[in-house]
Amino acid sequence: MMKTNRITAMLTGLFGSLASLAAFADDTKEPQLWQLNMTDGVTTSSQNAYDSHMLMFWVCVVIGIVVFGAMGLAMFKFRKSKGAVPDTEFTHSTFLEILWTGIPIIILIASAIPATAKVMALYNDDHSPKPFGMTVKITGQQWLWTYEYKGEDLEFTSRLDRESDRLRQDKTASQEAITAHKHYLRDVDNPLVIPADTRIRFVITADDVIHAWWVPALGWKQDAIPGVINEAWTEVPAAKIGTYRGVCAELCGKDHGFMPIVVKVVSKADYKTWLAERKAANNPAPAAAPAAVTIDAGDVPAEDAAAQAAAPAASTQP
Amino acid sequence: MAHDTAAHDDHHDHKQGFFERWFYSTNHKDIGTLYLLFSLLMFFIGGAMAMVIRAELFQPGLQLVAPEFFNQMTTTHALVMIFGAVMPAFVGLANWMIPLMIGAPDMALPRMNNWSFWIMPFAFTLLLLPLILEGFGIGGGGPAGGWTLYPPLSLQGGTSTAFTIFAIHMMGVSSIMGAINIIATVLNMRAPGVDLLKMPIFVWTWLITAFLLIAVMPVLAGSVTMLLTDKFFGTSFFNAAGGGDPVMYQHIFWFFGHPEVYIMILPAFGVVSEIIPTFARKPLFGYQAMVYATASIAFLSFIVWAHHMFTVGMPLGGELYFMYATMLIAIPTGVKVFNWTTTLWRGSISFETPMLFALGFVIMFTIGGFSGLMLAIVSADMQYHDTYFVVAHFHYVLVTGAIFGIMAGVYYWLPKWTGHMYNETLGKWHFWLSTIFVNLLFFPQHFLGLAGMQRRVPDYNPAFADFNMWSSIGGFGFGLSQLLFAYIVWSSIRGGAKAEARVWESAKGLEWTVPSPAPHHTFTTPPVIRDGDLAHGDVTH
Repeated sequence: MMKTNRITAMLTGLFGSLASLAAFADDTKEPQLWQLNMTDGVTTSSQNAYDSHMLMFWVCVVIGIVVFGAMGLAMFKFRKSKGAVPDTEFTHSTFLEILWTGIPIIILIASAIPATAKVMALYNDDHSPKPFGMTVKITGQQWLWTYEYKGEDLEFTSRLDRESDRLRQDKTASQEAITAHKHYLRDVDNPLVIPADTRIRFVITADDVIHAWWVPALGWKQDAIPGVINEAWTEVPAAKIGTYRGVCAELCGKDHGFMPIVVKVVSKADYKTWLAERKAANNPAPAAAPAAVTIDAGDVPAEDAAAQAAAPAASTQP
Repeated sequence: MAHDTAAHDDHHDHKQGFFERWFYSTNHKDIGTLYLLFSLLMFFIGGAMAMVIRAELFQPGLQLVAPEFFNQMTTTHALVMIFGAVMPAFVGLANWMIPLMIGAPDMALPRMNNWSFWIMPFAFTLLLLPLILEGFGIGGGGPAGGWTLYPPLSLQGGTSTAFTIFAIHMMGVSSIMGAINIIATVLNMRAPGVDLLKMPIFVWTWLITAFLLIAVMPVLAGSVTMLLTDKFFGTSFFNAAGGGDPVMYQHIFWFFGHPEVYIMILPAFGVVSEIIPTFARKPLFGYQAMVYATASIAFLSFIVWAHHMFTVGMPLGGELYFMYATMLIAIPTGVKVFNWTTTLWRGSISFETPMLFALGFVIMFTIGGFSGLMLAIVSADMQYHDTYFVVAHFHYVLVTGAIFGIMAGVYYWLPKWTGHMYNETLGKWHFWLSTIFVNLLFFPQHFLGLAGMQRRVPDYNPAFADFNMWSSIGGFGFGLSQLLFAYIVWSSIRGGAKAEARVWESAKGLEWTVPSPAPHHTFTTPPVIRDGDLAHGDVTH
């Protein structure tokens, strides 16, 4: 019984879990028990990563079959115990050396062409980019993320949810208790909310040590480095509205394993509503707002700081 | 040398005391033994740390160790295994075998040889001291910023930063001296008739490795010295607030780090290139192509470093260049694998333990090579980077690659060193247990990485639970299997069937023309090379 379940689970993981896709739209791209392969994600970048991965995987499988097949055949056919007599004259062949240098070169060039196109797409190098609809500044800190919606006077931190935090510090927590928390170590208090069908620019940096912002379903990770501002982008189609989770991927100290990322992709309308609510929730408490917005602005009035913060985002508008 | 007659051994002159023999030694065989035993000790210390890691990862939740200590374990495990287990083992093999293979009486610089070994125990005492002191409640424990010591994280460590950096300086000095010694020996002390293109492949791979060491160990020393001054003397090489650049460290580090990867694998290529022809009873296929492929890999290793850094935010041109250059490495590496395979073709193969390890090496190293090729592709690496997929990749290359290569070499030459055959049945058990468990240990890690589990974390979501448990079981099994290895080596030192001079019936090379065990002094006068003594004595290809 147990065994059948596991095999089923394995197949589900392998073939992309259609069943759970219908049941929990929320978790389609979450890691599954017995998952064997990379997610194809929800963006063109993630699809490109998946396609590159599968292409190279099959290239390796084919080469592996040829090489391991030849080795296996040699080990089977030319055994001393079967009376094989060594052909000590068969020690070199210029033809073979050219052949097995030349064929791999052709295979590599053939693989490099699609790989190059996909990197260029990731780097937004198609010369006719859709304009960025908004910019989010992501700042890594030990051990939480800060999200700043550029030009929106909105900034908040996002850290490990309380239940995961409690469980991970409880050395006696039972496996049942941990398993019962479906998103153990993969949930946060304040998710990043972004609209679908919008090309979003991320500017990524860090306050203390190097972190890396990675949501597999979006298809890339980008290091968050103090003193460096890295750029990345994403656009999730409306058909893929949902919640996508990720983690800090670069070792950043003791709680590196405990700074997850949650991205909630919502419709443009829902995003507007959320943004308004979120800002309204911030505004009645003006005491909190300066702390959130003008950390490095000193004596500059809050409005000016917000305008400054909005400037780089505005410059990318057409 | 004090001796000018042939075939001396130490029983003829004054009896050396234990201290004099092992501490003052300038004899390449004794120093080789010291290196190999030291490396075995470090293999078990680094292995014990791996057991702590796998025990914590056995199931979700934090049961055994605190995250800080977990990070100290991953960091120190890597440093001990790389600098303490793999590199000294190859230097040990080089010390023992290179003079025997080229017909030289000893290494060219015997006193420096002694020094380069005796630095090592002090270097590793220094490296491990913070961890030991923490056990007594002193200090904050060992380095925890990862073996790559990326700033600013590595600078957050306490005094252990200084311990680690000085230890790395000492290991670097030792490696550079070892490399100088090997180059001086190979270029100056070959017996007449051992031309460069007649040398055994093991000597060739080590000669090339030695140049890599001399080129990159100073780079590592420079990068960690800058860390040291950033930490303790107020400089800002890597501190953005002071005008420095944390990414520059990564460029400098990986300019060392990528050749370092080949430093750990090229000598293993050499070892299996000695073993496969012996047990296929057929000369190595494409000897010269093998030499040139090794040199090409060494050259390419200098121009691919930033493929470790695809996610730091390099410009498009940088990403593409490093992707193409990395893919190129597959070509000379492929040439080597194809030549090994063709060496087997039309041979007469038998499967003694060294051959099992050598064949295991070729197959599993190739698996590591495949995942390496996948990692070269930038858009896919955006997902693989810093996940367990990478962990699986480099452990295939380093454990079933470098370490299987070392073990193949140990079984192959052990009878020459001890004069006794090892226990063949136990040797085969060791191979099969190691191979089964090591695959159980590392193969599921590919799946974990692809499913989204990041590296260097002590705890994980239950979705990753089952493969982690498999991996841990494989880890414990692999660790226990190595006790069998230690027992086999020990019992072969103690006794066993007497080994002949030519231990393996079709083994070629000068090392098989001296008795087993090899006398304390060999080739005090240069040997006269006869037809058939050298494996590649008559190659024109």
